[in-house]
Amino acid sequence: MRTIKAKNKLGLVFFPAFDWAIHPTHSEREERLLYTQDQVFEEGIEDIAGIRFYNPVMATEKDVSRVHFCVPDVPSRLTQSHLVAAGGAIVALQKVMEKEVDKAFALVRPPGHHAQRIVHGSRGFCTINTEAIMLEKIRQMYGPLRVAIVDTDCHHGDGTQDIYWNDPDTLFISIHQDGRTLYPGSGFVEEFGGPGAYGYNINIPLPPETGDEGYLYVIDNLVLPILAEYKPDLIINSAGQDNHYSDPLTRMNFTAQGYAKLNDKLNPHVAVLEGGYSIEGGLPYVNVGIILALAGLDYSHVVEPDYREERFRQPKEITEYIARLCEVIYTYWKERDRLKEEHYKGLDHFERTRRVYYDTDGILENQAERFKICPHCSGVNTIDSRSDQGAQILAVIIPRDACPDCVDEGYKVYREATSRYSKIYLQDRVNDCFLAK
Amino acid sequence: MIVGLDMGGTNIDAIVLDQGQIIKTVKKPTDRENLFQSIWAVLEELLVGIDKRKISRINLSTTVSTNAIVEKKADPVGMIVQRGPGLPYEFQSCTGEKVFISGYIDHRGQVVKDLDLREIKKAKDLFKEKHIKACAVVTKFSARNPSHEQRIKKLLDKEFPLTTMGHTLSGKLNFPRRVYTAYLNAAVSNTFQNFAGSLKKSLARAGIQAPVYILKADGGTMNLATAHEKPVETILSGPAASLLGLIGMCPTEQDALLLDIGGTTTDIFFLADGVPVFEPLGIEISGYKTLVRAIYSVSIGLGGDSRIRVDNGTIQIGPQREGPPYAFGGPTPTPTDGLIVSGLMKANGETLAKARQGMEVLGRQLGLSPEGMADKVLNAMGDMLKNKVESLLQELNEKPVYTIEELLYGKRIRPQVIHVIGGPAKAVAPLLSRKFNLPCHCPANYQVANAIGAALARITTEITLLADTARGFLSVPELGIYEKIGRSFTLEQAREKALK
Ligand SMILES: [Zn+2]
Ligand SMILES: [Zn+2]
Repeated sequence: MRTIKAKNKLGLVFFPAFDWAIHPTHSEREERLLYTQDQVFEEGIEDIAGIRFYNPVMATEKDVSRVHFCVPDVPSRLTQSHLVAAGGAIVALQKVMEKEVDKAFALVRPPGHHAQRIVHGSRGFCTINTEAIMLEKIRQMYGPLRVAIVDTDCHHGDGTQDIYWNDPDTLFISIHQDGRTLYPGSGFVEEFGGPGAYGYNINIPLPPETGDEGYLYVIDNLVLPILAEYKPDLIINSAGQDNHYSDPLTRMNFTAQGYAKLNDKLNPHVAVLEGGYSIEGGLPYVNVGIILALAGLDYSHVVEPDYREERFRQPKEITEYIARLCEVIYTYWKERDRLKEEHYKGLDHFERTRRVYYDTDGILENQAERFKICPHCSGVNTIDSRSDQGAQILAVIIPRDACPDCVDEGYKVYREATSRYSKIYLQDRVNDCFLAK
Repeated sequence: MIVGLDMGGTNIDAIVLDQGQIIKTVKKPTDRENLFQSIWAVLEELLVGIDKRKISRINLSTTVSTNAIVEKKADPVGMIVQRGPGLPYEFQSCTGEKVFISGYIDHRGQVVKDLDLREIKKAKDLFKEKHIKACAVVTKFSARNPSHEQRIKKLLDKEFPLTTMGHTLSGKLNFPRRVYTAYLNAAVSNTFQNFAGSLKKSLARAGIQAPVYILKADGGTMNLATAHEKPVETILSGPAASLLGLIGMCPTEQDALLLDIGGTTTDIFFLADGVPVFEPLGIEISGYKTLVRAIYSVSIGLGGDSRIRVDNGTIQIGPQREGPPYAFGGPTPTPTDGLIVSGLMKANGETLAKARQGMEVLGRQLGLSPEGMADKVLNAMGDMLKNKVESLLQELNEKPVYTIEELLYGKRIRPQVIHVIGGPAKAVAPLLSRKFNLPCHCPANYQVANAIGAALARITTEITLLADTARGFLSVPELGIYEKIGRSFTLEQAREKALK
């Protein structure tokens, strides 16, 4: 065997963006993927038959507007690096859709899973949602797709949750360190989806110190059964690597072996790098482990040099807690239709207000959301958003599956909105048309 | 005066250059059974009547190492390999004895786990028992910290003076390639030393004192002493010689496509702003992917003597050659026959008649006249070349980049001119010019391009400088430099240091 051959053809978009940082001493800085690159190169990954490297392309302003409402506009919120990260993910999934490869992994930065629909600034190092921009572009190109996004970043994927909150064709599952102990402080079991998609937003908050055992238990006993029932056309992994035991920002005990096994079990079509800031002791091994697992190669020797099994044995209480948690969530999932009845019976619309804090930029936003509960589609909805920087905007969202009535209503709201807003946006996902005034 | 000699698979070409003028050339067939004798016979004939004291250097491009590898005559090697965490590479294609040892150095060059000296001792005993002569030692990330390789070499040195250390061959990060490169280096070191020894002796006997340089695959040269240490760098220097010859004969500062059209194959090269394009990591030989720096060249089975067939109404040219062109008594029609019929290549009555006959046989299957067929053949040949070149360019221009600057504004190779050499070069130049819509030149003296290339080659060396400011450490593995630096070490200082 002169060259190792991958069992699965794997496409890699490896774009460390060595010339971009949030600012020079920020965790999200130039060398974040430097040591990963060293490890990937030294491991000879580029010579493995069946693994191909692809360059990213730039996502366009329209690709961003398909998902986000940038205030005041797309160019003033983004740097080229954001467009390259999103474009890199698009390339990765496109190669899978075109069957050039079986799977793909986009190692791009900065991350995106904290970016919600409204973008007044950056949150948790994220400005635009890489996976959502990727997925919506791919849906635009290849037609309707039933998709599961499994977010394995240590932080709750609150941005992705917001974007797919009311979308029954996109099952969002986030596995993260319990929001009572970590940013962004959300991601509880009760956050179960909007009226149009109740039960299709699943949060699995794990206690600190959860290790490989607990994590893989969740995959085997909760995530995989749900996926088997949901039967997605595509599985996307938001592959955050900050559950690693050496990560400076979190308190979990996940290892490179754990990450590799997770990808082996989950078997996603595309993985997109999210967070992960143990750039020296964690990322290099975790990324190599994930690459080998996705390619169907032997990852059993990818072990951090400082790993000691005894150090990371999971306490018994945690194991038991996780087993109970999985049971509760699985019951919720099974009962989702009944629970939806209970929640929304007899209503023709649903309203909620919430505050969103942009920690990276120090902006506070107040949102009032209104979802129409429509018997024919997931329902037109609006967001009235006011930031403490003075901007107040109205966003009208016509979902992909909107019925003609909801389309008309969306345009009517957009036309008739009063002038108290600094800007009014219309996102017509049926016709892929995005307006602002 | 400079002597340039290129040893190819079939022929050895040699020239004497004086102030850029060719003053003598010799061509002789290569005797694969005795490579040294073949070279020596050419040199002896070449230097008859030449004032030996005026020779300033002798540049050789030899296939000594290449042949040993390709013909599987290389020595078995005793390998000591430290894999660390990662893929469990077995390196089955390295013949000899392989010993995998514990210990690990990480990506920043920090020793995470030390050597176990008992394992080295055991390996040494095994090599002795198996009568191994050459050894290779490679550890993961040795380019970042060679201390394990160096310590092992020290332990082996007395019994195994021919021990290659991985980090001395390349500073690039690619562990499997470093293992293969070190293996090949060790495997050919005996063969190359014998050759170099014979050469030195014969030169001394003949009273030639000029220094000898050996051509490398990257188009540079190294002196004999360096070649002793790194014989693997002498592999596949032939294409480099012809490229250098081409550049020497028609220099340019543009992006260019360079073609060497032979009887069986065509070699394709590119220049970016007049400078050769290199293989990104290293050359591949007999399936071994190495870190030997090399000029990028791709050989396709399409030449003047390629066999032409008509299959279901489409023309197939090559990749086989079944003999000389039909016009010269060969068994099948070839592109050369097409060139003769279309008048692009001059030929006398009888040859022309045979060429026409060849085209007629093909043309009958397509309902074409001999002239029509010749046209079609040349068109097909031009299209094949164009398609191949375009796909290579696409691949080269899509090579991975890692910064936004490079992604958005990085160099893309777009040839502005074609330079072509080889037997049918002159005849196909107008065709190429039309197909690629580019000016196409073919230099005179192209027959000895390789030897000229060898003569024009200069000493080159590659270094990899890594400055790790957080750890306060600088390394240049190829030169064995590992020293302390301050945290404020800048890119400018690094550049200055590298050029020293
Ligand atoms: Zn995170
Ligand atoms: Zn509706």
